[in-house]
Amino acid sequence: MSTLVRDTGTVFVRAMRTSLRNPAWLVISLMQPVLYIVLFGPLLEPIAGQLGGANAYQVFVPGILVQLGLFGTAFVGFSLIAEYRAGVIESQRVSPAPRAALLLGRVLRDVLVLAVQGVVLVLVAVPFGLDASVGGVALTIALVAVLGGSLAAVSYALALTLKSEDAFAPLLNVVLFPILLLSGILLPMTLAPNWLQNVSDVVPFKHIVDGARALFAGDFGAPDVGWGVLFTAVLAALGAWYGTSQFRKESG
Amino acid sequence: MLRTVIHARGLSRTFRKKRGKQTTEVVAVAGVDLDVEAGEIVGFLGPNGAGKTTTMRMLTTLLAPTAGTATVAGCDLLTDPVGVRRRIGYVSQAGSTAPENRAGEELVSHARLYGVSTAEATARGKQLFAELDLDGLWERQPKAMSGGQRRRLDIAMGLVHVPGLVFLDEPTTGLDPQARANLWQHIEGLRSERGTTVFLTTHYLDEADALCDRVLVIDKGTIVASGTPDELKSSVGGDLLTLTSPRAADVAGRMAGLPGAEAPTVDGDRVSCRVPAGGAALVALLRDLDAAGIEVDGVESRRPSLDDVFLTVTGRSLRDGEQTTTEPEGAQA
Ligand SMILES: Nc1ncnc2c1ncn2[C@@H]1O[C@H](COP(=O)(O)OP(=O)(O)OP(=O)(O)O)[C@@H](O)[C@H]1O
Ligand SMILES: [Mg+2]
Repeated sequence: MSTLVRDTGTVFVRAMRTSLRNPAWLVISLMQPVLYIVLFGPLLEPIAGQLGGANAYQVFVPGILVQLGLFGTAFVGFSLIAEYRAGVIESQRVSPAPRAALLLGRVLRDVLVLAVQGVVLVLVAVPFGLDASVGGVALTIALVAVLGGSLAAVSYALALTLKSEDAFAPLLNVVLFPILLLSGILLPMTLAPNWLQNVSDVVPFKHIVDGARALFAGDFGAPDVGWGVLFTAVLAALGAWYGTSQFRKESG
Repeated sequence: MLRTVIHARGLSRTFRKKRGKQTTEVVAVAGVDLDVEAGEIVGFLGPNGAGKTTTMRMLTTLLAPTAGTATVAGCDLLTDPVGVRRRIGYVSQAGSTAPENRAGEELVSHARLYGVSTAEATARGKQLFAELDLDGLWERQPKAMSGGQRRRLDIAMGLVHVPGLVFLDEPTTGLDPQARANLWQHIEGLRSERGTTVFLTTHYLDEADALCDRVLVIDKGTIVASGTPDELKSSVGGDLLTLTSPRAADVAGRMAGLPGAEAPTVDGDRVSCRVPAGGAALVALLRDLDAAGIEVDGVESRRPSLDDVFLTVTGRSLRDGEQTTTEPEGAQA
């Protein structure tokens, strides 16, 4: 067994165990998708017609899934800063484990958590009237999990660079809010003025959201699906590279 | 034939900190040469900010040297860091476990990163817990352990994969006298039972004296003295005789006549000077003073300590080092 696989497994098991042992984390993580559906869903129903689909949830749920992927994982860096303070990162760095394993083990935990949250979210939406292609939903959850994994990697890398919650929190706000807006997650960009639509065209997250909406509709051949998959793959590669490079770098 | 386990030449590290337009340079380690043989226990002694931790972090691959080379456990530090990591254990000055996790699980998952099987790691971990007086704390969260218990957990983390070379950065800080003596014994045992090489830092003189085969004194980033504790102490120039007498000046005159004596210093009614073989010299001196009718109120003969060594090589005492030492000043660039 390669040490990369073995050590990724070790780091993953340790991270997963840490999370599962925390009851507050467990409850919040599972409540989050439920709250999204229960609280935001009814707001959207009256404007379902404007959104283009007959069923509000078919438009809304893919967006919420991608949002979960963005927001659920963007903050994982905070836990890494705590681990850094406790000396855990340094004690793992002095071991022969491949630096990529120190990153991937943690990212894998986040990906798994995200996939479970995604499934919960979709299941909760069904009684509200979600009617979507099963294959499309499965593909979307996979896509979102990979997307979330890449963001988690970037989050860890930034956390390891900044090493301070005080610097990390404002950075996340600055980056995430425009992404949320421009990706058309909450409201489709078709509602936006032209100039904003043009800006959002170059933000890859919009295409991922549109791709997810097409997948939910069962439209597997839509161009946005291709773009969404491509962007996600590129982000995953970038995230893995950047994250590993930060774990490799000396801590100064 | 001795085998060199650590061989470093000109190891240096300068930290650069940018603050606005100014770049401040801190020379933390300035050209350290060191050789450690297999099975040695070597102590790195120096005040706060001397560069002990920085040197250790370079030798353990955590920090890239700005200059110099080193071979650690047979592997080149710069070209084969993974080889170095595989063969060493490191106990950092800060902690090594997450406060919320369970002690035993942290230990086992750390050992797994060195390829130790879970079963074997558990067995070794439990044995280490017993030896380090951590019985019954396997399931405990580090945040619910005392400072000294956590310190011993850190030490167990650094030893669980049975490395041939161990780096311990201030291992006994925060330990009570009994736990400290127990740890010294454990470290001795590592060497005698397994031939483990131990490189440790400390600012406790008694620790260096009791535990270490060899001591390297570091100050302001350079090694200023090295040798066995006895060699270092005898380099100071003999035992310190102190006599108290109302006729201090007369005592000083007689003292100066002792063979090999340094110039005596007089402080009120106290006279002191360094003399080789202090015991014999003291007997002769007292007879001499008695014959001359010079009365003496008190006598003391003290063997030189490592603190005297430190005082001699740096001009400062380590005992009250916190007040008197200054950190190496950063050069403005
Ligand atoms: N990351 C860093 N950035 C800037 N300066 C540093 C850094 N780490 C250490 N220094 C400086 O380098 C010098 C040596 O520090 P080091 O930690 O090696 O000392 P030490 O001998 O271990 O001291 P102590 O006994 O307090 O542990 C100090 O002046 C310290 O301020
Ligand atoms: Mg230190």
